[in-house]
Amino acid sequence: MINLLTPEFFFTVIRVTTPILFAAMAAIICSKSGVINIALESIMLTAALTGVLASGFSQNIFIGMVGGILGGMFIAGALAYFSLYLKADIILVGIALNLMAVGGTVFVMFVFTGDRGSTNSIRSLQFPDVNIPLLQDIPVVGTALSGHNILTYLAILSVIGVWFFLSKTTYGLRLRSVGENPDAATSVGIDVRKVKLVALLISGFLGAFGGMYMSMAYLSVFSTNMVAGRGFISLAAASMGQANPFGTLLAASFFGLMESVSYQLQAIGIPAQIVGMVPYVSVIIGLVLYAQYQQSLQKKKTLSKQLKEDPNEA
Amino acid sequence: MLKLIKQRWLDQPLDNRFESIRFSMAIVISLIVTLVLVLLVSNEPLFALQQLFLGPLASIRKFGNVIESMIPLTFLGLSVAIMFSARQFNLGSSGALFLGGTVTAVVVLTLPLPGFVLSVVAILLGAFTGGLVTLIPAFIKLRFGASELVSSLMMNFIALNLGFFIILNYYRDPQAGSLASFEFPSSSLLVQLIPGTRIHTGLLLLFIMIVLIYLFIQKTKWGYALRMTGFNKSFATYSGISTGAVILYSQFLGGILAGMAGSVEMLGMYDRFRWQAMPTYAFDGVIVAVLAKNKPQYIPLAAFVLSYIRIGADTMSVNSDVSFQVIAIIQGLIIIMIAANAFLAKYRQRLVVQEAITND
Repeated sequence: MINLLTPEFFFTVIRVTTPILFAAMAAIICSKSGVINIALESIMLTAALTGVLASGFSQNIFIGMVGGILGGMFIAGALAYFSLYLKADIILVGIALNLMAVGGTVFVMFVFTGDRGSTNSIRSLQFPDVNIPLLQDIPVVGTALSGHNILTYLAILSVIGVWFFLSKTTYGLRLRSVGENPDAATSVGIDVRKVKLVALLISGFLGAFGGMYMSMAYLSVFSTNMVAGRGFISLAAASMGQANPFGTLLAASFFGLMESVSYQLQAIGIPAQIVGMVPYVSVIIGLVLYAQYQQSLQKKKTLSKQLKEDPNEA
Repeated sequence: MLKLIKQRWLDQPLDNRFESIRFSMAIVISLIVTLVLVLLVSNEPLFALQQLFLGPLASIRKFGNVIESMIPLTFLGLSVAIMFSARQFNLGSSGALFLGGTVTAVVVLTLPLPGFVLSVVAILLGAFTGGLVTLIPAFIKLRFGASELVSSLMMNFIALNLGFFIILNYYRDPQAGSLASFEFPSSSLLVQLIPGTRIHTGLLLLFIMIVLIYLFIQKTKWGYALRMTGFNKSFATYSGISTGAVILYSQFLGGILAGMAGSVEMLGMYDRFRWQAMPTYAFDGVIVAVLAKNKPQYIPLAAFVLSYIRIGADTMSVNSDVSFQVIAIIQGLIIIMIAANAFLAKYRQRLVVQEAITND
């Protein structure tokens, strides 16, 4: 029987939303500064591997985390260098980086561990789960909300952090001005290129956590192409959330919900391939609904504007 | 003689000259990176490099492999080039290839048609299916204004699942050990062209398509509209070009070509549906199209180069201790450097100044 209203189900939703949420926050920062970061997929994948390798070889979770962050920021930095400084088309560089990451991570994994499919031969570490005092004692809510991985709570904090950064800090304002009107920003002395570089690096930082969640919390190993399109899904989430952190949180949760529903469907015997389509179909439907909503909003705006300007004609 | 070559070279417009230099530099740098990587990870670097660069020439069969894998790469390159020429960043080619191949398998297993007609119908239907896969993101973009980039990427995952669903549930041969469909009727398979290799008649279809696409892009008004839309969409709109139609047909055509790649591959290289995952061609169309600068006439060459180093890398990973994936790093580097407009910009500046001085 399909059971959607249990606390365990909500627990799963939160669990699978976490990586998408991190990457979607990364996507917001980029889109606010006016760059498209389709390399999020490779940022996540690279960080997932470097995190596992660093934690496996050092046996220290903190070094593992630093390794993951550096991996993610390295890809973001490469994207920034080639697109901002060498003037390459950012979409092409993104595609190239994604290509490199899928094969490159396997190459690096093989060099360091001798494994080809997943890093089974090294014992890498995982981020700990956290039980929240008081909250865990509340019957239903506690089961759903407590006991998640520490990165899940960090992801939720990152939503608030990104919101605060973008709307309450000077640098956030500067970043948004670069995205909205780079010429105006230049005219008041803002170094547009540098701001975009910073935005990309922040997105590498946030995306890295999404990747590390995959290999150091959700699973305990890195396996080939394990990000499986989540970087792209988070781009869709950010655009549906209109690059607003809280709207994006909703959109990301929607995709997480659909992914969890697909697991439930599999449990009641619906073929795995049909189930596998659910999250991706939901992204397309979500994009369409959102775009349609945008269009109708636009129409209303123009209509009310016409009414205001010339009530007789309309 | 040398003087003549030099004169020829200098007669070329500066931009062409600069582009060739930049292109060669991109290749040279990638080769150096390859060298360094192999030296770093291998215990027998010289042997590994020899396998990488000369492996494909070792036997007729090996060289045949290069041509065989060049066929789908060229189709995919054409597919991506036509979409990118219109500046439509549709990345659904691999999904189109996969579903196109699946439909072809289904057609040859179900329709009771005589041999040759059956393959033609199967390839046409496969190509059409591929077109539908890329048309959906195009339609969504036109009708709802959502970016084709994300929706086409999602289509790849959907196509993959749908294809496996169809084969697993309706056409799976339980006798076959691994996941495979029933055997195709042997008369529907594409005929082998060169003995000792698996090069098949798909190659002929490929050459026809290259010529057709070249003529379409360069010589027809639709091709002109497509290029104009890619060059400057607003300008195209104001000059009366229906850019909406261009968005649709450029992506539909792109999908048709990718679907055809899948169909031809299915009937030319296999006797059953044997794909276990998305074939490795995932984003290969992009690499080929970027290497060929979206020009149909250069696409076979770019596909050949890519196919050659792939087979080389394959030989290397079988015979030596360097893994195949080293190629992924090299491919990415080549694309990035070719795409990087400001790469060698200072050198270009010097060329321009030099030319200005000599012309004075």
